Amino acid sequence: MTFPKNLMYTKTHEWVLLNDDGTALVGITDYAQDQLGDLVFVNLPEPGDTVTAGESFADVESVKAVSDVLSPVTGEVAEINEVLADEPQRMNQEPYESWFIKVREITDRAELMDADAYQAFVATC
Amino acid sequence: MKLIFEQGHPGRGTDYLGPCDVPMVSIHGALREKPLRLPEVSEIEVDRHYSQLARRTHGVNDGFYPLGSCTMKYNPAINEYAASLPGFTQVHPLQEADTAQGCREVCERLKAMLCEITGMDAMTLQPAAGAHGEFTGLLLIKAYHRAMGHTGRTKILVPDSAHGTNPASASMAGFEVVSIASDENGFVDLGALKAAAKEDVAGLMLTNPNTVGLFDPQILEITRIVHEAGGLNYYDGANLNAVMGVARPGDMGFDVVHLNLHKTFSTPHGGGGPGSGPNGCKQFLAPFLPGQDTPESIGNVRSFGGNFLVAVRALTYLMTIGREGVPQAAKHAVLNANYMRVKLSDLFPMAYDRICMHEFVMSLEKLKEETGVSALDVAKAMLDHGIHPPTMYFPLIVHEALMVEPTETETRETLDEAVRVLREIWEKAQQDPSSMHHLPETTPVCRPDEVAAARNPRIRYDFEAMGR
Repeated sequence: MTFPKNLMYTKTHEWVLLNDDGTALVGITDYAQDQLGDLVFVNLPEPGDTVTAGESFADVESVKAVSDVLSPVTGEVAEINEVLADEPQRMNQEPYESWFIKVREITDRAELMDADAYQAFVATC
Repeated sequence: MKLIFEQGHPGRGTDYLGPCDVPMVSIHGALREKPLRLPEVSEIEVDRHYSQLARRTHGVNDGFYPLGSCTMKYNPAINEYAASLPGFTQVHPLQEADTAQGCREVCERLKAMLCEITGMDAMTLQPAAGAHGEFTGLLLIKAYHRAMGHTGRTKILVPDSAHGTNPASASMAGFEVVSIASDENGFVDLGALKAAAKEDVAGLMLTNPNTVGLFDPQILEITRIVHEAGGLNYYDGANLNAVMGVARPGDMGFDVVHLNLHKTFSTPHGGGGPGSGPNGCKQFLAPFLPGQDTPESIGNVRSFGGNFLVAVRALTYLMTIGREGVPQAAKHAVLNANYMRVKLSDLFPMAYDRICMHEFVMSLEKLKEETGVSALDVAKAMLDHGIHPPTMYFPLIVHEALMVEPTETETRETLDEAVRVLREIWEKAQQDPSSMHHLPETTPVCRPDEVAAARNPRIRYDFEAMGR
């Protein structure tokens, strides 16, 4: 299981990449995809939608269950990763490449952990 | 095996029924312009087709069926006898009420018994299944708040251990869902509940015993917190089998309940049903119930009186086991679950290792880490022993969960055999884990590709693609 150092993490197993230009990419972690099992569907918001830190903005469906994905930041959806709709298995194969949304105009963040803190947190899950 | 569409011959049908003596009427202008592509098969082809289907599946009449949170108890044959009486089967819902008094009596007697069991004052038999009952119950809560002028109550609180239908029903009824965390014992976290119980709360949905098979000892405190915040308490009756005749939702502080007659009250379910999800409520909500001619009624949620023949079966069940049999069934269900739990807990770690109610949840996380054998592999392996697997991967708060509900209708020998099988599977997982990923070997369908089926579902017969 990997924990890239350049990302920040939530307790609900999302990752966020905070870019220098004030935007952010959001996805689910390696641990999350491993726990969920084979993902078969993702329900994404629309560009222009508002996402709120700590609240659900998408849901993912595996053969086991449907789970909410919570946003690590508050802002506006600038872009969505449409590839995931056709190839949901990418979330399993490359969780840190498979960003769900790009967020801009970020005004707030959830409580975030760095890679070491998140790795320690996962060990307690 | 061949699908029904792949059998028969154009023009073939049955002669046993004789020619149609109803005059043909043109329905020119109806939406459908082409005839339906119905299978053209003889009666014996249909008969054999269904027998073949039945051989390829597993029902409670084939073997042990400990599917957690589903209460797959045996349905006594006398229920079927009663439900096949011509007075019940040859009745039409539009015939004059004074010619169907027996049927009305069945419904009224059943409602009175269900009110007694749940501690409610009024009941409707309209909802056709559990989730339909949830939806109807939430509409009652909504109608109540609207009538009281509580326009700001838009949220329904749902514990994170709840059945997935709870948040779904609340959403369908137009509410916003707020998830309430569970504490380390699997119960509602009172701190989280208090923080969420505010002036915008319409109600709480709760299953008790909950989905990990535990009776929440703080139940009176929970319902009081919600009432004091101005919300109503909704009881999901999925797990009533553990407490029926022993404890009543109405006495726990609940205002609305739904029951699953097809679980608790011994009517068929699993792939067929039909189900029945009656709603009960306290007197102050009774005017809002569906199926009555009151200005406050939420209107019909289903045609006529619901799935009537299911009600006949449930009443038969209650009348045959009687007032003493109801709590006895619940106690035996709890005893059977605890018997299996204790006999397995040295090999299969319990998610919450304590006296449970009618079901228990094992976590196979350690087995998976050590051997690579998952809850899914264990469930599939059970099929080779003629046992229907327990519920898998639910509740979501337990990793690699297997949830076992034996019910009261199983013998001690059946429980012992299931324990033996599970221990044997555990042993095999230690010695030859790689062989476990391909089981079962003896069933008509071995391991379907669930991922492909979910990603690329084919759910209707495509005549063109099949060249027909």
